[in-house]
Amino acid sequence: MSEFELDARRMLCPMPVIKTQNKAKELQTGDILNVICTDPGALSDIPAWARINGHEFVGHDQQDDELIITIKIG
Amino acid sequence: MAKQHKAVALISGGLDSMLAVRVLQEQGIEVEGINFYTGFCVEGHTHAIRNHDKDKQKRNNALWAAEQLGIKLHIVDVIEEYKDVLLNPKHGYGANMNPCLDCKIFMVSKAVQWVTENHKNGFDFIITGEVIGQRPMSQRKQTMPIVAHESGADDILLRPLCAKNLPATKPEIEGWVDREKLYNFSGRNRKPQMALAKAFGFSDYASPAGGCCFLTDKSYSDKLVDLWKGRGSRDYDMDDIMLLKVGRHLRPKPDYKLIVARDGGESKFLQGYRKQLPSIQVISHNGPLTLVDGSFDSDDYQTAAGIVARYGQGRDYDEVEATVTIPGQDVVTIKVKPLTSEQVREEWHV
Repeated sequence: MSEFELDARRMLCPMPVIKTQNKAKELQTGDILNVICTDPGALSDIPAWARINGHEFVGHDQQDDELIITIKIG
Repeated sequence: MAKQHKAVALISGGLDSMLAVRVLQEQGIEVEGINFYTGFCVEGHTHAIRNHDKDKQKRNNALWAAEQLGIKLHIVDVIEEYKDVLLNPKHGYGANMNPCLDCKIFMVSKAVQWVTENHKNGFDFIITGEVIGQRPMSQRKQTMPIVAHESGADDILLRPLCAKNLPATKPEIEGWVDREKLYNFSGRNRKPQMALAKAFGFSDYASPAGGCCFLTDKSYSDKLVDLWKGRGSRDYDMDDIMLLKVGRHLRPKPDYKLIVARDGGESKFLQGYRKQLPSIQVISHNGPLTLVDGSFDSDDYQTAAGIVARYGQGRDYDEVEATVTIPGQDVVTIKVKPLTSEQVREEWHV
């Protein structure tokens, strides 16, 4: 299991979701992906994307204007 | 055991595509969704930049719809490929810069490509939520066969909501889908869709299709045409698409335009572009961050900053102080007289 980071700052949805989706294709089951976003909409969309595509939304952290959304690859 | 046939559905996030999927699911067909992001798609978030939109629901309608339907959703970035559709539409534009028919053909052709790539996983056909007569350009009885033919989908394109008004498609002929359980909706009256939504228990759904693309919006289309005119070429990139959605746009000279934030939310969003584009900010009073797009030099500072000052709290003062920041250069501080409302000419507004 490895941990990865994805920079989706300044992108408006659905671009953070598309970037997450494309990155997830390169990862293995159990890998952790931290997506750094500035669009608050990502906090709704990335977990929704994870739920419908068999991944796990682990949680999120807010640091100033940045959101770090953590996904476990299913 | 009979083969399980699967369909891929074009999901916009609106009610019609949700209904089309559920109609097939009721027949035991496994469906996955596909959604194409052209850059011009209207989402709640794109409106949520402004302060007064902060309370709007922040969700991507296609993802939300997929979750309600219990289907997987593949979101595909087609921004680059879509340029050719927008710049060279074979079937022309609608009322604004919306190439609806070419857009539909393009999206169905991309779905054909997806089905071909995923045929080994059981995907055989495509469904859409189209209804005859619903849209003036892309959803007419005459254009439905054009979409099927020019996309390359032909008889594997099924429109469950109006299938009974159209020739039978392969999924119906082969018996994968029971044509009798499909629908014959037509026209702009949405009561049949509302009734079906109620029957399926859909109580919350995005506004009916149509308001899903910025290109159908006159103000947005005008800004896009102005951008091309200002640059002398019909091209754009992702940042252009985004910036056309934000702020008040004024072009005091053919060479450059100003993008003036309308509130704190937009100022914050435009901050992200300060390393790429020149910017103007009144510093002696509160005022909007403004980006400058185009060819801009020191001869333009007074006029440009005077316009910017007009939209800040120093508008009634004889003089305000402003900074002009050009990426990679020292910040220049100037004193400027705010323009009056009469001096900000009507024709400057894009």
